[in-house]
Amino acid sequence: MPIKKVKSPLAPGWYFMQGDEACAEGAIAAGCRFYAGYPITPASEVMIRMVHRLSDVGGVFIQMEDEIGSISSVIGASWAGAKAMTATSGPGISLMIEGIGYAVITETPCVIVDVQRAGPSTGQATRPGQGDMMQVKWGPHGDNEIVALAPWSVQEMYDLTIKAFNLAERFRVPAFLLADEAVGHLRETLVVKEEVEVFDRFKAPGQPPFGTNEPNGVPPMPSFGEGENLLVTGSTHDERGFRKTADSAVQARLTERLIRKVKDFSSEIIETDPHLLRDAEIGVVAYGFTARAALQAVKSLRKQEIKAGLLRLVSIWPFAGEAIAQLGKRCRSIFVPEMNQGQVAGELRKYTTAPVISLPKTNGEVIEPGEIVEGIRRNMP
Amino acid sequence: MNQKILQMINPQAFPTPFCPGCGHGILMGAVLRAIAELEYDMKQMLFVSGIGCAAWIPSPHYKADTLHTLHGRAVAYATGAKLFNPKLKVMVISGDGDLSSIGGNHLIHAARRNIDMTVVCANNAIYGMTGGQVASTTPLGSVTTTTPKGNPERPFDLCKLAEASGATYVARQPVALPIPLTRTLKNAIVHQGFSFVEVLSPCPTQFGRRNAFRTAFEMIKALRNSCIPVEKAKGLTPEELRGKVIVGEFVTLKGKGGLS
Repeated sequence: MPIKKVKSPLAPGWYFMQGDEACAEGAIAAGCRFYAGYPITPASEVMIRMVHRLSDVGGVFIQMEDEIGSISSVIGASWAGAKAMTATSGPGISLMIEGIGYAVITETPCVIVDVQRAGPSTGQATRPGQGDMMQVKWGPHGDNEIVALAPWSVQEMYDLTIKAFNLAERFRVPAFLLADEAVGHLRETLVVKEEVEVFDRFKAPGQPPFGTNEPNGVPPMPSFGEGENLLVTGSTHDERGFRKTADSAVQARLTERLIRKVKDFSSEIIETDPHLLRDAEIGVVAYGFTARAALQAVKSLRKQEIKAGLLRLVSIWPFAGEAIAQLGKRCRSIFVPEMNQGQVAGELRKYTTAPVISLPKTNGEVIEPGEIVEGIRRNMP
Repeated sequence: MNQKILQMINPQAFPTPFCPGCGHGILMGAVLRAIAELEYDMKQMLFVSGIGCAAWIPSPHYKADTLHTLHGRAVAYATGAKLFNPKLKVMVISGDGDLSSIGGNHLIHAARRNIDMTVVCANNAIYGMTGGQVASTTPLGSVTTTTPKGNPERPFDLCKLAEASGATYVARQPVALPIPLTRTLKNAIVHQGFSFVEVLSPCPTQFGRRNAFRTAFEMIKALRNSCIPVEKAKGLTPEELRGKVIVGEFVTLKGKGGLS
């Protein structure tokens, strides 16, 4: 993979920083040079940090008229050659969904940060939620394969934003940073290293920009202004971009490749973080801010002679099905605390026959370790 | 000149998808003629369009970079591309429904920002591709598939909308007058800042046949006869202007660089 190491644009060292701000720093480090956004709580701090940082590095910032305009100009900028990003929360994602589907079919790399708040609808704007787990995957119509990562710390708001850019460029897909209000507004230590690993989109002048010989390949991506006579369309298209709106073979080939180019290489994307799992009989699966409480819960259960362990999902999409299947084989039951009514718990059941017990909480408050301990003790087999 | 224009077209794009009598073919040629006469390189052009019949004018016909976007969003996509690469000469070509109804928000804000791009609105006063539904530009009283008793709503004056939103060049021409149309497009393209050209284009298939135009020829002739140059319209009473469409240049603010 053409990964290169670049000097960190932020001086290496220790910082005390907010999650949303660390996300903006990660974007700059990854090479993001275009940001379009619209104000929304609890994601606005990403935008405000980007105004200053893009100005420092000679990038482009624009506050658009709405979130539809934001995702649209991000896609337009990406085809003009930019690593481009927007950040929003649930209501903004709802407005962006059609554009996200367009980015999928046109294979446009872009990063979308979703600092989740309590929904549905306007819900509680300043309170945390994890209710967009399914929306980012299944929001657009038709079939989609996208990438989504869920940070649990300020450090990961930085690291996973960089990773999201690299994966978006590598696979030519929209990549989501699925954060939540609690981690977005959290302030803690960020360690910035001297060098950053970044992936730049693959170019091959003259080659078809929308097809490969392999059924799971990622084609090279030219930019506007390079003399390639690019034909970019959200309609079904052949490998050169010509609209083929009634050709079933082209439709089948395109839709299959859009899925397989991510799924077949999901081992490059999927990341899990195991804690105390070696001898665990009780499994806990958690992600984002909730995983911090889950780790605390697992540790206190251990003190109570209950062999519990945590599998933290760092990546959400594509889903870590194999890791869940393995966990299901060794644990008597799996508990899934999350700030929604069991969205990811339901996904687990596709991959394991072990009992999966959802520990949902949707009152707009974070899940506390004691609640997880109590939920597990109450439902222990 | 014709040979030059043919080289600016993707041969695979023919035959065009436009209905017999559609005005979009004339506009398709006029844009290329304007670019050829200005001696602009198609390799520095970016054509952006939305969804609908007019959106197919550049994509896939034009041999240049084209971005065929979502319904209504062309101007916002164009904004991102232009801001990141100001060297691109960006032209949006799309329909009235696309630009002024579903995409109205992006249109007025790009005009307000004075983004350096040209927006060409092919106005046929109807939703053609989807079966002749009423548009935000359909004249009062016109029969469409969703207003069988006549349109009860007033239409937008798109040029006034663009002007009020801050566009620094605003003009209107019908495809029935291809020479003034080409001249207008050239002025819009060389304009620094946000330029807006409303191009009146007949749709005999979805509009004309439901509104007493028996043939495509009758419709384009009526369009030509209804147009009155802005210079001539000055001093005429509203009574004298009834049934007339004022064409020409309405805003020409020179020397104002656009945001890019």
